[in-house]
Amino acid sequence: MAGFQYFPQTDQDIRAMLDRIGVNSLDDLYADVPQACLYNGEYDLPDAMTEQQVRDFFEGLAAKNPKLKVFAGAGAYDHYTPAVIPYITQRSEFITAYTPYQCEISQGTLRYIFEYQSMICTLTGMDVSNASMYDGPTAAAESMRMMVAQAKKKNTVLVSNTLLPQVRGVIATYAKYAGIIIKEVAQENGQTSKASLEALIAQGDVAGAIVPSINRFGIIENLEGMADALHADKALLTVYCDPSALAVVKTPAEWGADVAVGDGQPLGIPLCYGGPYVGFMACKQDYMRKLPGRIVGETRDKEGRRAFVLTLQAREQHIRREKATSNICSNESLMALWVTVYLSLMGPQGMKQVNDLCYQRAHYLYDKLLETGQFEPVFKDAVFLKEFVLKSKIPAAQVQKKLADAGFFGALETEDGYVSFCVTEKRSYEEIDALVESIKK
Amino acid sequence: MSKVIEGLKYSDTHEWVKVEGETAIIGVTDFAQKEMGEITYVDCPDVDDEVEKGSEFGALESVKAASDLFSPVSGTVTEVNEEVVDDPKLVNDDAFANWIIKVQMSDASELDDLMDASAYKAFIKE
Amino acid sequence: MKYYDKLIFELSKPGRTGYSLPQTCSKCKGTEAIPAGLLRSKAPELPEVSEVDVVRHYTNLSQMNFGVDTGFYPLGSCTMKYNPKINEEVAAMPAFNAIHPLQKDVPGVDAVYEGMDKALAAITGMKHFTFKPCAGAHGELTGLMIIREYHMSRGDTKRTRIIVPDSAHGTNPASAAVCGLDVVVVKSNANGLVDVEDLKPLLDDTIAGIMMTNPNTLGLFEKDIREIAQLVHAAGGLLYYDGANMNPLIGTVRPGDMGFDVMHLNLHKSFSTPHGGGGPGSGPVGVCEKLVPFLGVNVSGFNGNFGVILRAYAYILMLGSENVKLCGKLATLGANYIKESLKDCYKLPIPTVCKHEFVFDGLINDGAREGKEGAATLDVAKRLLDFGFHAPTIYFPLLFHQAIMIEPTETESKETLDEFIDVMRKIADEAAQDPDILHGAPHNTPISRPDETTAARNPILKYWDA
Repeated sequence: MAGFQYFPQTDQDIRAMLDRIGVNSLDDLYADVPQACLYNGEYDLPDAMTEQQVRDFFEGLAAKNPKLKVFAGAGAYDHYTPAVIPYITQRSEFITAYTPYQCEISQGTLRYIFEYQSMICTLTGMDVSNASMYDGPTAAAESMRMMVAQAKKKNTVLVSNTLLPQVRGVIATYAKYAGIIIKEVAQENGQTSKASLEALIAQGDVAGAIVPSINRFGIIENLEGMADALHADKALLTVYCDPSALAVVKTPAEWGADVAVGDGQPLGIPLCYGGPYVGFMACKQDYMRKLPGRIVGETRDKEGRRAFVLTLQAREQHIRREKATSNICSNESLMALWVTVYLSLMGPQGMKQVNDLCYQRAHYLYDKLLETGQFEPVFKDAVFLKEFVLKSKIPAAQVQKKLADAGFFGALETEDGYVSFCVTEKRSYEEIDALVESIKK
Repeated sequence: MSKVIEGLKYSDTHEWVKVEGETAIIGVTDFAQKEMGEITYVDCPDVDDEVEKGSEFGALESVKAASDLFSPVSGTVTEVNEEVVDDPKLVNDDAFANWIIKVQMSDASELDDLMDASAYKAFIKE
Repeated sequence: MKYYDKLIFELSKPGRTGYSLPQTCSKCKGTEAIPAGLLRSKAPELPEVSEVDVVRHYTNLSQMNFGVDTGFYPLGSCTMKYNPKINEEVAAMPAFNAIHPLQKDVPGVDAVYEGMDKALAAITGMKHFTFKPCAGAHGELTGLMIIREYHMSRGDTKRTRIIVPDSAHGTNPASAAVCGLDVVVVKSNANGLVDVEDLKPLLDDTIAGIMMTNPNTLGLFEKDIREIAQLVHAAGGLLYYDGANMNPLIGTVRPGDMGFDVMHLNLHKSFSTPHGGGGPGSGPVGVCEKLVPFLGVNVSGFNGNFGVILRAYAYILMLGSENVKLCGKLATLGANYIKESLKDCYKLPIPTVCKHEFVFDGLINDGAREGKEGAATLDVAKRLLDFGFHAPTIYFPLLFHQAIMIEPTETESKETLDEFIDVMRKIADEAAQDPDILHGAPHNTPISRPDETTAARNPILKYWDA
């Protein structure tokens, strides 16, 4: 057998093992497999590449994609990634470890998850966080399921039109198969309409509502009174939020929310064409046992040493099976480590500075774009942080082309026909000016 | 040897029933708490919830397992023992002294289907 | 491993910073211009630490962890094979990392998805894949949604029940429940396989299909699979393949040939992407021809875990057509070798040939005696940690009360397997002599036997709870 670097067995080793087992060949180990099941044909795969060939192959593919400076958000944000982070997440004891079921040799993983849970709680104002979900949209879908489970007899969840389309899409998918009724809360002047929310609550059967903190137009929503309206009807409030912006904007807890969900990608995770990201989900103390996903807790070992363990596992699939709070098993643990390191480096000051930089640069672009005369405002009094929408006098596709030709990605078209821009701390004033110039052409 | 108390009714899923007029006071047996090991949580229904004979009304949780609780009678939950919710260890300490829920029975004749103490003793056959 | 007891919050000192950002514009307004009613009242309680603090802290934490790179990790059903580093290099390429998920003109990215689709189709016998699911359980859910869509598209709305073997991994019934399907359990027979006679009466027009993994969670090949497929199809149901146990089938058997209609793969298992302490994974779902129209089911925000998909693609290209044929066979070789070497000290409930994994049902001699309890599977697992091995999967499948599920994978040398066998023998001897040696284990790890009961009764789930 020709050598392959991932198969350490020599011909002698194989012979010795076959002898111990008492069979002649490797094929004998499949003697219990019916002939009709065995595949004896060739596999339509390329010939084995060497490492260098693999490098060349992927570098070739990577080079085929245009290198654009990103001026778009819509759920994925081009924030700065500190150099330290990959050095930590690439440590083999973190990246090649399994789920920390054997806690005695997984204290590293368990402790960073505990830190992650703590940081999510302080950002959202909630009491309990889980160890992560796949992404923001699936976390939102799980919050829908959680609110319905908590409500017992009520089966409708209200979903704001101002949530990102992919969030609404995934919620709708999960709802469809669970038989949960989704009703859309209307938009009013770029924000979730409180009147629409109240009218829908009055229709009855409402287990909860999902509303954004910063919505798909980039607008910071005023959620005043919504939690009260829902609680009065024994329904719950989930707020979908951007954890980076949460360092400055009003928290879900301050709005009276029961559950907070979102995606941790803005916390220094590279865009990477959409994944891996990390969903987060946190809730008030009352709903702790209804929270899906893994949870790490602190305890003492038999010698009295502080120790961390997976806890409240009786909620999970490996114990509760079809009665579990969710089917989730693997989550996005390494990405939870990623954002934990990010938040540790940034601290409260760094997070404020990121948001101030985004605010300044986004408003600078906003004003400059209006000055070109090619755009009109949509929501005049709306407060935005790093993302905004405009009405474009020329079709969005044309704006996008001008941008792309100049090396920029932006002016995404929203479902309402507006164009959307996002500016993060990574975009310099020179780049912003260059983008504006490219549109003027 | 698991404790079995005379005068109570028993289900084949290890719940005990103490009858007080139209109310069934329900808990789990000593055998059940032993099987479970250290109980970390007692998942209970809410007051005014309806329960049905033979259907699940809650669960006992331990670190590595969960065991459903099945109602021996049908009716409406009138009280939930908050003490066992706050301190599940009470059920391990004395399963008979620490009830879980009280149910206003809708059909007292269902009690006839339950075992008495000696039948339950034979059932758990230790 | 050295016990390091700090949490990052404990290293915090006001005024310390660990970040590098441009200055804000002094003439322009920042977030203070946002109306107070929309701002949080207090800054978040994030730690204030320097870069050195962060690096030391997480480096020390990592040294209390055990990964595949540290040593042998024979977790059954987890396929803890070696994670090649060329995969990491590819996944870290800046050009890939800079691409926004909504960018359309990305031929170099499209080529990755197309290449993977083709490769996975070749390996599994399925037609096409969706790469949106982010993990195995997510893939299960997606596959079940596809099954439901298929039935609904035919106007067949009665099929709301799914059959799941009693040996199935917990995610199977959990995924079914999330998908709105009721679970019907089919029993295993004395040989550990799905009992076909128990299956037959379950098949009616309310059955959407059956979920199976093959080999099953006992590591046994379900040899009646073609008959099961015929029966389920004849009753109008579809077959779902749980790809968690795909490893022994790589290069030997294709789920499509066995009659499966839809399946998921765990890229973080058989396709070598690193487990990451619990993710990120990726659970692509593949379907047969007639289910291709239903692949668009929208289960995640963007395009799946592209970074994980890149890693798996690099692995497949390294394997190539030459080496793929040995992958499953070598995994199966290792498992049978361990099984035969230890069956005289561990109870082997099913003595037939296994595939990539097998199950022991505890020690033959657990050392139980007057006044002393014998050593249980948990104790064996904990004692293994003292010898520098990660324990196998324990107490699963539920069919065997003292289950120890061992899966070596094909990336382990004979020397490693021999070392493991020697240590397992030693532990068995220790148990027979004095089970208390095991009861007190582990002795050589940073912590030992934490109080999980108190952790669950009085949860401390964030730093400020303590």
